[in-house]
Amino acid sequence: MSDQRTPLVEMKNISISFGGIHAVDNASIDLHPGEVVALLGHNGAGKSTLIKILSGAYRRDAGEILINGEPAEINNPRDAKKYGIETIYQTLAVADNVDAAANLYLGRELRTPWGTLDDVAMEAKAREVMGRLNPNFQRFKEPVKALSGGQRQSVAIARAILFDARILIMDEPTAALGPQETAQVGELIKQLKKEGIGIFLISHDIHDVFDLADRVSVMKNGQVVGHARTEDVTKDEVLGMIILGKCPPKAIPGPGAMQTA
Amino acid sequence: MADITHANQANRARNADENPIRRFFRATEIDTRLLGMVGALVIIWLGFQFLTGGLFLTPRNLWNLTVQTSSVAVMATGMVLIIVTRNIDLSVGSVLGFCGMIMGVMQAKILPQYLGLEHPAIWIITLTSGVLVGAAIGALQGSIIAFLNVPAFIVTLGGLLVWRGATWFVTSGQTVAPMNSTFRLMGGGTEGSIGATASWIVGIVACVAIVGAILNSRKQRKRFGFPLRPVWAEYFLSVLGCVLVLGAVAIANAYFWPINIARRYADANGIAWPEGGLQISHGIAIPVLIAIAVGIVMTFIATRLRFGRYVFALGGNPEAAELAGIKTRWVTVKIFMLMGVLCAIAAAISTARLNAATNAQGELDELYTIAAAVIGGTSLAGGVGTIAGAMIGALVMQSLQSGMVLLGIDSPFQRIVVGVVLVVAVWLDTVYRARAK
Repeated sequence: MSDQRTPLVEMKNISISFGGIHAVDNASIDLHPGEVVALLGHNGAGKSTLIKILSGAYRRDAGEILINGEPAEINNPRDAKKYGIETIYQTLAVADNVDAAANLYLGRELRTPWGTLDDVAMEAKAREVMGRLNPNFQRFKEPVKALSGGQRQSVAIARAILFDARILIMDEPTAALGPQETAQVGELIKQLKKEGIGIFLISHDIHDVFDLADRVSVMKNGQVVGHARTEDVTKDEVLGMIILGKCPPKAIPGPGAMQTA
Repeated sequence: MADITHANQANRARNADENPIRRFFRATEIDTRLLGMVGALVIIWLGFQFLTGGLFLTPRNLWNLTVQTSSVAVMATGMVLIIVTRNIDLSVGSVLGFCGMIMGVMQAKILPQYLGLEHPAIWIITLTSGVLVGAAIGALQGSIIAFLNVPAFIVTLGGLLVWRGATWFVTSGQTVAPMNSTFRLMGGGTEGSIGATASWIVGIVACVAIVGAILNSRKQRKRFGFPLRPVWAEYFLSVLGCVLVLGAVAIANAYFWPINIARRYADANGIAWPEGGLQISHGIAIPVLIAIAVGIVMTFIATRLRFGRYVFALGGNPEAAELAGIKTRWVTVKIFMLMGVLCAIAAAISTARLNAATNAQGELDELYTIAAAVIGGTSLAGGVGTIAGAMIGALVMQSLQSGMVLLGIDSPFQRIVVGVVLVVAVWLDTVYRARAK
């Protein structure tokens, strides 16, 4: 295994609770460059919450985050972006009423020397990036609301890679997409992986991500059940981890694993 | 590559299929909704012209109409940004009253003690203090909304009462008059207009700016190889813009000074009274110039600055804006500060026009301002709205009111009509939006 290298991201013993409910309890996960880690679990297992701590949307109660082996201070989405962490949310988190270029640069607009928005330059760059992702995309002047699910998804992904993300978090990336668009996203993930970007895929559906991922980490009731390399386990075994919290022999059990008598 | 060629062909094929009217709108990129509103305005104008037997579309009435619109139009530009971010501001009328009273006291009671009556700096110190008070009120209300999470509706409803009450306390209810004579120029009138020559200069500068903007945008798009508008469309837009501007100037210049004022002026300046009277043009009124300048600045802020982009993104999807790293709370505070500043400018216009600061100044203005923004196409659901639309909305409201005054309709019935028009306008807009999807 690649454990000799420094992981790109290491989240150690993270806990967060909302009003007495331990949404995430003592969870640890890691991610290496050029690796795809699928974070699996039922709805409410705590996977989205855990990852939102990494992307700065929530603040952790306990634990630490290491980026390239160094402790990172992430208190809001701006901090996360400084570390090269980009997130594509389940809800896509695009501003529906502005166009693709405005969404790509939201929060980091290009400006002319006079301090005004440089819309033309942003549109040019948007055309370039979108051309790489989705060559058929032509609707640069329309608000994002007018686009299809797949097109909106490519806007969200383009937004993440435009700023040289090193760590990409994708929350249910294919939930809103048709089969063809899902395949497109799969191709894209492979391409990004080749560029050395570490990717967290979050999903409650194992079939979506099993073939794309190098490793799986499974969560249940806010705790990590275990980690496993996808070549070492079968889909059924991973399902057992998700549903029962039962760790197969080749997986590394975590604190949430079912205690075998 | 093959894909792109194919797509282009498909595009061209689609364009060819369209009827000429659609092709025209696509080529000129004219906002059809804005055009619809201008159409509604024209219908209202022609209707009143017909009903009043030709009293409505006279230079005098149109000139007065623009002056009467300017105060609400100034505030409506700010209300657009507030409604776009899914907030509301019910306090603008009271803030206008309070700022107006502060400015009245400043120029009529406080400053003359130190500078002497009619000192040339009085108006600017007064205006500055009003703007600062407005900004401070806006900052206070905005902070409560953004940082204490009290809904804007409640905070500004409270503001409506608080600032109206505070207005009373400034002078214990007394009306302050008269205003400084330089300050009064901001209210329009015979003195507060810039005359024929200056109006033509303003018109020509505006034409040069329109053509310059069209050329510049074409150059920019060429630089990056984006699709360009057809050349005929560029010419059409330039000519249309210039004709509208120069036509408006011609109308303002066709409204002459009232005879007795002109006669007094002639006597004072030793001009012989010519046969048929002395015809001195009003030209564009200063409050109208202020409103247009505010409209241009606000459009610039809303479309060319990062702040404006954030305002619209925030209105479209607050969560996305927050996750994109936008400091959404600060944006909210800034929007309300801007609204406060605009209230102060509107207060300056209305106190100068009335030549007095009163307790009741700006009462119900919050409703006219919100109505203007909404009639102008600002969506209460957030994310959508234009400055120009809100200003036209203000003009529509004012046209209805002054048309009904000309017709001699009682004021209770005027309110009924304005109320009905507001609801119908928003209903039509809903229908339009549903279709556009």
